[in-house]
Amino acid sequence: MTDKTLPPVDVVVVGSGWAGSIMAKELCEAGLSVVMLERGQRRSTARDGAYPSSLDELEGAVRYKLFQNPAQTTVTVRNRMDQEAVPYRRLAAFLPGAGVGGAGLHWTGVHFRAPPQDLRLRSHITERYGRTFIPEGMNLQDYGVTYAELEPFFDKAEKVFGTSGEAYTVNGKTTGKGNVFAPDRSDDFPLPALRDVYTAHLFRHAAAEAGYHPYAMPAANASQPYTNPYGAQMGPCNFCGYCSDYACYMYAKASPNVNIMPALRRHENFTLRSNAHVLKVLLDSTGKKATGVVYQDAEGNQITQPAGLVILAAFQFHNVHLMLLSGIGKAYDPVSNTGTVGRNFTYQNITNSTVWMPPTRSTDQFIGSAGGVAIDDFNSDNFDHGPLGFIGGSPLWVNQAGVKPIAGAKAHTPGVPRWGSAWKKAAIETYRHSFTINAQGSNMAYRDVYLDLDPTWRTSYGQPMLRMTFDWKDNDIRMNRYVISQLANVVKALGAQDVQYGMREPGKPFDVREYQTTHLCGGAVMGDDPKTSALNRYLQSWDVPNVFVVGANAFPQGMGYNPTGLVAALAYWSAHHIRTQWLKGNGGPLVAL
Amino acid sequence: MPDTLHRPHPAAASPTRRHIVQGLGTGAAALAVSSITPAQAAADQTGAASRASDAATPARPGSSSAPDAPRFFSPEQFAFLCAACERIFPADASGPGALALGVPHFIDQQMDTPWGRGELWYMQGPHRTDAPANLGYQLPYSPQQIYKIGLTGVIAWVRQTHQAAFETLTPDVQDTILTALEQNATQFAGQPALSPVPLPASTFFEQLRSDTIEGAFADPLHGGNRHLAGWVMMGFPGARGDYMDWVDRYDTPYPYGPVSITGERAEHD
Repeated sequence: MTDKTLPPVDVVVVGSGWAGSIMAKELCEAGLSVVMLERGQRRSTARDGAYPSSLDELEGAVRYKLFQNPAQTTVTVRNRMDQEAVPYRRLAAFLPGAGVGGAGLHWTGVHFRAPPQDLRLRSHITERYGRTFIPEGMNLQDYGVTYAELEPFFDKAEKVFGTSGEAYTVNGKTTGKGNVFAPDRSDDFPLPALRDVYTAHLFRHAAAEAGYHPYAMPAANASQPYTNPYGAQMGPCNFCGYCSDYACYMYAKASPNVNIMPALRRHENFTLRSNAHVLKVLLDSTGKKATGVVYQDAEGNQITQPAGLVILAAFQFHNVHLMLLSGIGKAYDPVSNTGTVGRNFTYQNITNSTVWMPPTRSTDQFIGSAGGVAIDDFNSDNFDHGPLGFIGGSPLWVNQAGVKPIAGAKAHTPGVPRWGSAWKKAAIETYRHSFTINAQGSNMAYRDVYLDLDPTWRTSYGQPMLRMTFDWKDNDIRMNRYVISQLANVVKALGAQDVQYGMREPGKPFDVREYQTTHLCGGAVMGDDPKTSALNRYLQSWDVPNVFVVGANAFPQGMGYNPTGLVAALAYWSAHHIRTQWLKGNGGPLVAL
Repeated sequence: MPDTLHRPHPAAASPTRRHIVQGLGTGAAALAVSSITPAQAAADQTGAASRASDAATPARPGSSSAPDAPRFFSPEQFAFLCAACERIFPADASGPGALALGVPHFIDQQMDTPWGRGELWYMQGPHRTDAPANLGYQLPYSPQQIYKIGLTGVIAWVRQTHQAAFETLTPDVQDTILTALEQNATQFAGQPALSPVPLPASTFFEQLRSDTIEGAFADPLHGGNRHLAGWVMMGFPGARGDYMDWVDRYDTPYPYGPVSITGERAEHD
């Protein structure tokens, strides 16, 4: 093992997913020398998404080719503070990426803006329902940034991603399409919406018949050939059905690898190092200034990379882990209710319902894209929560991203045997004639749900693992059950033969064994109050002002929508303020304490 | 080596597939390919049925060709594995069973992979095997070790309880035994060299069930799903990778049978 120190650079960016790629591009444009460190291997669509070899369900979705290997680093999990957490040894419930492009290479491509009220949820709920509506122990918070402030950055991200969708209003003018609950936009989507697959078409008509407001889901899957502002080219989505878990061989799904890296590589001031696992951020003797990072390379060498500005842009929980390991900010303590790093850790509250159409109808679940049809009638605060007594909501949608046969056959139908001829017959019928409706809901933050360092288990790098303390809470369980009860109105209009409602069960703890979603949020959140947020509204550490922490870690609570659209907008927002303010100042805080 | 790799692949001569395989180096090439795909795909299909007939005779239950000897499992273990997989995934009116699909060979092949060796799981101790089940797998065993311990244990257990080998018992009795494993009626002693921690019978059963499903439906290049018969049964078109023309033909059943990564085709059911 050789320890060495490299020549200093202006910026080190930790992580090569969406957040890291956006930050690196913006800071290279500003003329800074940027080194990007990626803990995984080099990846490209040309190699990892090659046709037809990448269309391999076993390699892609079952053996997790593009994902983090728990053998190297994982987390420990427990439901309650009085339990001992144990390692998450096999990937299942959530699937962080590893390698160049991060989770941006294997995501599906659902690309939302945040509902304006979600960005100021504490204020909004207090104004509409009164302060006592917020339950004891719920850390409901505002982001400290408004939709109006973020709008130009949502717009920029959609143009970079080549997002397909239908606007409801553009500069106040109604288009006659789109989501009636969506906020106003300064411009239309760069591409028209993807076509509805059969099951989405069924859902659209049934939802309209039930009196709801169906719309085409915005998807960073190009509905037509597209060239983005960086000159990156996308092919049109051909609905091959290998979106989630795979690199897109059509170059139709936006990824950092396709949409940003080609332009980033042309900057002479940009360097990408893969197999570079960052161990910690180095601070000077005051603890108020970062001097760079130390990482371990593939040969086991520990290498110091000095830098004037450190951008943490790894996956949500890796960012929190690095802050805890480096001593950036004060670790959260749920007992004394002090500290901010690890606070407001949230997830997403998703349940899936299955609908069986008559055997004369084939649902063709193998056809897929990141598009689909959704209703927002029960998302966010689009409905009156007053009589319901819970906070949060859930869109309902058919987002058929291609169901492959191993996943189809493993999907369990309650009441049917799990093997043998009866199971086999049911699995085939289900694959051919059913489809799934997802309720992807918000997840509020609670005082006793948090991240900290585990006292027992260590990563393969010898560092304490990150510990998750997480369980479903009454507010979120009731929200899910209410929304699913409303789904029955849509199902009635579908002409379905059978339905199994997926609903959260009171008393049933968070279970790591079944895939739920990789939309983990919070742990180092943004806000206006350094007592309840680790980052200010520009994603700058309150404590170490030359460290910015970019990703879904910044969300004070989990929203119903997929996080990537907001992560990208926040990255552009943060980069804009680094470029226009921080670089011109003395490197200090952008928000005075 | 799965026999699918040795057979000639008529589709390999298809200009469309070859073009697609070679043509995707850049975004610009992706555009070029997509613009020709629908028309060429249709032309490609015209000859598909006749080519498929010389590509492969669809597997029938009980007619699987002489299997290669297993590389990881002993003959005794493999005999149990073959019989158990066939009960989990039996040949029946729905289609071929695990044996005809090559599932036991798939599992044998998977043992010699990073996954089989446990390199994709966090394997460091300590192992809290009494942790709540919802917190996930906590045993110290890799997939290879689950099979070694499970098969050694179950073979001895069946001999003790039925005075016979599993594969010689009637299907009804075999199902009773598998149900007992599923319901965790026993546990199997760990191997002294590895760990004294016993392996619950249900852990072994769930691994076997999961791997059986994967062997039936994974791409044939992994050794199972022989002749794409798993996909035909399920109604999955395989690695076609292009439904541009079928997205919104809501009243037209998708007409084409599956194709594998290597270009093997099967007739549609």
